[in-house]
Amino acid sequence: MSKIHVTTTVNGDTVEFLAEPRETLLDALRNQLDLTGTKEGCGTGDCGACSVTVDGTLVCSCLMLAAEANGKRVETIEGMAKEELHPLQRKFIEHAALQCGFCTPGILVAAKALLERNPDPTDTEVRYWLAGNLCRCTGYDKIIRAVQDAAAEMRQEHRGAA
Amino acid sequence: MARDDVKTGYKLIGTRPNRPDGLDKVTGRARYGADFSLPGMLHAAVVRSPHAHARIVKIDASKALALDGVKAVVTRADLPTGLTGEDLNLQDNTLAGEKALYDGHAVAAVAATSALLAQDAARLIEVTYEVLPHVTDVDAAMAPGAPVIREGVADYSVPEGMHGNVARYMEFGHGDVEAGFAAADIVRAHTYKTEATHQGYIEPHAAVGQLGEDGRGEMWVCTQGHWYIRRMSAAVLGIEAANLRVTPSEIGGGFGGKTTIFMEPLTLALSKKAGGRPVKLVMSRSEVLRATGPTASASMDVKIGMKKDGTITAGQVYFRMQGGAFPGMSPIGEALPCAFACYDIPALKHEAVEVIANRPKAAAYRAPGSPMAAFAVESMVDEMCRELKLDPIEVRLKNGATNGSKSSYGPVYTMIGLKETLEAAKAHPNYKVALGPNQGRGVASGFWFNHGGETSVTLAVGEDGTATVMIGTPDIGGSRASIGLMVAETLGIPYENVRVNVVETGALGVNEPTHGSRATFASGKAAVEAARQAMAEMCRRAAADWGIDADAVEWKDGAAHPAGPNAGKFPPMSIGEIGGKMGSTGGPISGHHEVTAGGYGASFGTHVVDVEVDPETGRTTVLRYLVVQDAGTAIHPAYVEGQYQGGAAQGIGWALNEEYVYGADGRLQNPIFLDYRIPVASDLPMIDTVIVEVPNPGHPYGVRGVGETGITPPLPAIAAAIAGATGARIRSLPCTPPKVLAAIKANRA
Repeated sequence: MSKIHVTTTVNGDTVEFLAEPRETLLDALRNQLDLTGTKEGCGTGDCGACSVTVDGTLVCSCLMLAAEANGKRVETIEGMAKEELHPLQRKFIEHAALQCGFCTPGILVAAKALLERNPDPTDTEVRYWLAGNLCRCTGYDKIIRAVQDAAAEMRQEHRGAA
Repeated sequence: MARDDVKTGYKLIGTRPNRPDGLDKVTGRARYGADFSLPGMLHAAVVRSPHAHARIVKIDASKALALDGVKAVVTRADLPTGLTGEDLNLQDNTLAGEKALYDGHAVAAVAATSALLAQDAARLIEVTYEVLPHVTDVDAAMAPGAPVIREGVADYSVPEGMHGNVARYMEFGHGDVEAGFAAADIVRAHTYKTEATHQGYIEPHAAVGQLGEDGRGEMWVCTQGHWYIRRMSAAVLGIEAANLRVTPSEIGGGFGGKTTIFMEPLTLALSKKAGGRPVKLVMSRSEVLRATGPTASASMDVKIGMKKDGTITAGQVYFRMQGGAFPGMSPIGEALPCAFACYDIPALKHEAVEVIANRPKAAAYRAPGSPMAAFAVESMVDEMCRELKLDPIEVRLKNGATNGSKSSYGPVYTMIGLKETLEAAKAHPNYKVALGPNQGRGVASGFWFNHGGETSVTLAVGEDGTATVMIGTPDIGGSRASIGLMVAETLGIPYENVRVNVVETGALGVNEPTHGSRATFASGKAAVEAARQAMAEMCRRAAADWGIDADAVEWKDGAAHPAGPNAGKFPPMSIGEIGGKMGSTGGPISGHHEVTAGGYGASFGTHVVDVEVDPETGRTTVLRYLVVQDAGTAIHPAYVEGQYQGGAAQGIGWALNEEYVYGADGRLQNPIFLDYRIPVASDLPMIDTVIVEVPNPGHPYGVRGVGETGITPPLPAIAAAIAGATGARIRSLPCTPPKVLAAIKANRA
């Protein structure tokens, strides 16, 4: 079966690659583009470790074909920090919101997508938004605290900028 | 090595600095098992048995090998023969021999130029099976008429007349149990069951292996213990362990499940057959659930005698535990000593049998055996407290083990913190919150021995006055931060000036895995001793420079100082100064310590949980949760809390949702995360923690392991809280909504 030529934007860079028709976006990111920060925990869309955004929508990259990313804008964990860490990244370290860290990229990508839609979520809203991201180490307590602390800081910065 | 005389006034211990691996982990740079690749690398896939029990008649790989890009196939015929004991079990589990023993048992493996091609090739390998009768339930496996799934598994301990699937028998106790029951006001007996659960680490097993025709090889692997991986892989393949160099990746969770091998040797066997090209093998989630982990399932009889004032007069247990198709994996040897470890009871009798069944070879899971035992014994104690209308904390304080108690399994406890955890739980605001309708509160205590084990650590002083520490225990939950804090505290230098690296098998002597809650305890203890050696050498260098006796130099605040006015007047010589000129003062300065670390102190904990049960659906919601546990000394309190919270969450999952579901065909029915449902963020409340600190005299800074005890109390505490909310007692985990609803209805009837 011939491969499909895919042109897409990943973390702001235009990239091209040849994808097998059945190749997932997750596999293309990890194996073709060397963006191994996005993880595979289940391959069935149940754990959220492979979370990325495509045109701003949060998706499990294990459930999307690489060919479907053609012409789209993909953001992964590797694009989250600019010159400085994103507040979520900094707060996750400060609050010890990670242990093994394997779920962390997916949770950070998902949390960023939440705060872009809802800058002032309740704890319950954070918990339900992140219900698709499994963490086996932390019991989620410190993750919720880190997201809320980052959200508060981002609101403060937003007010300062306004 | 005794504990420091200085018990308080630490500068760094007890603070919460950022962990050294944090930045890599929040940016996606941290390299886990599947993130590693090599030039020329092949990818592998595994063919697995769809049957719970079947004779392997024929394996035909010709169609697979005919595919363009397929480079090698291995079956059991490619592995050496003549292994015995646990090495044979490991080999049998790596690739099935004459028989496949469980659904998911590996039968063959194939390497190809891409992962997708390897999966295609695996589907083309034709295996002919003769299906055999199977059994998966623990009680059914030892019932008359159950198929004997492997001949000759019973060891010397098994009494005559037991079923052929019984592999081991244990008994111990003390006192006159019958007299104890006679002295009780009430004697109650029940049977409790727990299903097998999986460790549920989010990172599937992954390895890259390379083995040349000279028998030398390398492996990069996610593991809790790379020396174990080296020894076990070498044994399975019949190569010398010293010829294998194993490098651990960052590890995406383990919880005991990554202390052994599953598919790792296959990468080496395939590599050798493919001319030494490196081979990567990454498990899928369903492979992880079908063929790795899980923990044992258990069926447990408990009998306890209690006086009306709550005094426990005697206890008796008989545990039956299956740990899959291989002997040695069901944790009866841990479950029995844990059963009454929280109590000081005059008469106890413990009995257990290990049973094999057509399930995957069980692996350690956080305090192996203790959660099941606690579910049985703590549930029974709670039932009796409710019957006698006694406060569960008071009853535990009345009967609880304390300093000087002879433990239920023999040794005398020295410094333990059980009663301190009970007092702290009693004083916590959560214990006083008024409960509403359909709400209940559960209390339970838990125990884990902890562990020391083989440990080897090296510390090197840098030319700039920093310290690099080489440890052999993979860091899962923040141990590099904790060990860095202890070394910095010892040397009197900033935390940021210490770098702790987990190094490969070629860089240190043998280290046991990160298991038994030992990493921060044992690697920390060895690292402190290595730092003290380096300090002593730095004092000698300063003494030589000053022309005084080394005895007249002391180390404090990161520098050598004259020990007193008689030693002479010299300005302090800092670690940076000494390190900067060490090349001309005698050479590099390092410290090294290796030990089979004793002195690990047990950790006790007490949990309090409030739940609300929906009487219409039987669904249980955890309203609030409190973990109180003795940490000895909390080196990095945030990561101690993290262990408490994570352990509680796993225990809550075991209590409410998680179970291995086998169909009548012996196949696992729920091998994906959608159906094997671990707690998600919306299932849990905040998990409150209280760190009790009863310093462990066996560690220079008083550390006890904290990783495991926390998974133990949730099982009985949740069932107790459901009983409080509904009046219905669940004696078989998990407490799923249908089961709770049925119990509520039965209770009303």
